[in-house]
Amino acid sequence: MLAIDNLSVSVEEKAILRGVSLDVPNGQVHALMGPNGSGKSTLGYVLAGNEGYAVTEGEVVFDGRNLLEMEPEERAAAGLFLAFQAPLELPGVNNANFLRTALNAVRRARGEEELDAPAFLRLARAESRRLHFPEDMLKRNVNVGFSGGEKKRNEILQMAILRPKLAILDETDSGLDIDALRIVAEGVNALRRPDFSALVITHHQRLLDHLVPDRVHVLSAGRIVRSGGPELARELERSGYAQVVADAA
Amino acid sequence: MNTELISGADAFLARYRGLRERLPGDRAIRDAAAETFAAAGLPGRRDEAWRYTSLRALADSTFEEPLIAVSVAPDPGPMPDLPRLVLVDGRFQPDLSTPPAHVEIEGFAERPDFGRLPDARQPMVALNTMLAEDGLHLHVRQGVDAGTVVLLSLAIDAHRPIAFHPRHSIHLEPGAKLTVLEIARGQGTYLHNAVGEVAVAAGATLTHIRLQQESAEAFHLSTTFAEVAERGVYDAFVLTLGARLARTEIHARLKGPAGAVHLNGAQLLGGIQHGDITTVVGHDAPNCASRQTVKNVLSGRSRGVFQGRIEVARAAQKTDGYQMNQALLLSPQAEIDCKPQLEIYADDVKCSHGATVGELDPDQMFYLRSRGISEEAARAILVRAFLAEAMDPVTDEVARDLLEGAIETWWEAQAA
Repeated sequence: MLAIDNLSVSVEEKAILRGVSLDVPNGQVHALMGPNGSGKSTLGYVLAGNEGYAVTEGEVVFDGRNLLEMEPEERAAAGLFLAFQAPLELPGVNNANFLRTALNAVRRARGEEELDAPAFLRLARAESRRLHFPEDMLKRNVNVGFSGGEKKRNEILQMAILRPKLAILDETDSGLDIDALRIVAEGVNALRRPDFSALVITHHQRLLDHLVPDRVHVLSAGRIVRSGGPELARELERSGYAQVVADAA
Repeated sequence: MNTELISGADAFLARYRGLRERLPGDRAIRDAAAETFAAAGLPGRRDEAWRYTSLRALADSTFEEPLIAVSVAPDPGPMPDLPRLVLVDGRFQPDLSTPPAHVEIEGFAERPDFGRLPDARQPMVALNTMLAEDGLHLHVRQGVDAGTVVLLSLAIDAHRPIAFHPRHSIHLEPGAKLTVLEIARGQGTYLHNAVGEVAVAAGATLTHIRLQQESAEAFHLSTTFAEVAERGVYDAFVLTLGARLARTEIHARLKGPAGAVHLNGAQLLGGIQHGDITTVVGHDAPNCASRQTVKNVLSGRSRGVFQGRIEVARAAQKTDGYQMNQALLLSPQAEIDCKPQLEIYADDVKCSHGATVGELDPDQMFYLRSRGISEEAARAILVRAFLAEAMDPVTDEVARDLLEGAIETWWEAQAA
């Protein structure tokens, strides 16, 4: 699904990622953990196509295609989804219209028929209900006046509607209470199929209790310093990053 | 054939000398206007009110008379299916018009009060008073809800620059209601120098929506004087999309208590276009509210101007005034000039104003694109969102569809 090979990225001449290699096979959920500033969010942004980052080395193959040559919207159409750590507010943009525009853009690119407004609303309402979102979130402006938790849930709603092949969740769990956390995990679990994969960026074991990863990777100072099974997340929770990073050095 | 090489103000004065005997209405008023215009000339940078809008290109051109007869009915463009009053090259065309049922219509130039405007000293108003040949007077009787009427101005490509100076007025008696959708379109090079007078009597409501889609070579200058009596509402919106140079100047005075004036607008400009929205809101009576939200979307080398003055007289206690001007610059060569002015002589008032200039937010752009939306569509979404605050008060569905369709067309033309 996703094959990252020796990826190096810098921002304004400053190296953030230094030769990251990571494979997320079809149908698997991988967790990416690591201390603040280790480059986790940068990896998410680069994979989604943010132009503020310069790839200096390496390549990324997504579903058989050279990801780094694709525009952000092409990546979305190809099935990549990034749940933002800090979702943007879009004053004056209605949430339902935004979602429908996005879904239809993606459907067009995938050669599928567009949904008209009633068909879309049926879908959006059904997904909202399934994810326990208040229906008025569809009527409001995108993320404007949303609480931190509501913003994160809106990301999951977008993911549920766009049905990606690869979801990258960038600290979607931070700031969520236990119930919201479970809902987010359910949202991801609902998408799990043999051709769906997820890369979950998190600091906490909690989300991984609900969303059991196949592999856990630790990113430190722009490098993957350790990879392991789900037990690695529990070890990190117990002993902290410092120990793991020091052991790896 | 006149072989004199005269242009600008002299050419207009020469035209007046030639037409003087044939023009309708009070000749003394026209002569006085001609005197004012001769003394002032076309406004230039030395005039404080015209500091940001140069009429140099206008002064360098010589404009001729429009053709008298319209041989072929011009294509009006997208138009709501409503009663309409059509002017071609500034002249009313009864054959192309379908008059509304509850609005009384008269030719303006024949009216006895023609030319008696509060500020006839302004050069462009004086020019209009001097040369106005036609125009319409719309009148709605007491308590009548007259619905919506389209006031359409078309210019035909005369293959030479022409000028026309229509003079309109709209009077609403107490408790009356009217929505006017004023649309200006055309082809070729021309000067459309309109002056309008609006009187909203007690408890009456005039909704005045304007869509300016003149040709890319046109000069569009429009000056409106509105007076609002107690509990009256003048609810105006102007969308500037066309013309090489445009200025929409609105003077609105709240003459009675508890009246309201809304002067919202948007300018979407590209290329070398210049668009100016100038407003003066006068609070002469207590407990009145005024709201102005003006948005500028500027691409290419275009230039936007907003000048807004709020005057609060000593008697106008409990005034509630708000003014906001915002610009979104889509190119590094685009430019906005903004001049807000507050003149407050009352002590118990709430008046606020603000101005912002910005570009499209790259993070918002990335967010939209990361959801599969193309760069161009994302830009369109953010521009519409930017316009929303100014457009939202336009609740009339027909007007809204018309404006949104026009913005869509503008956007497609920009993308092409």
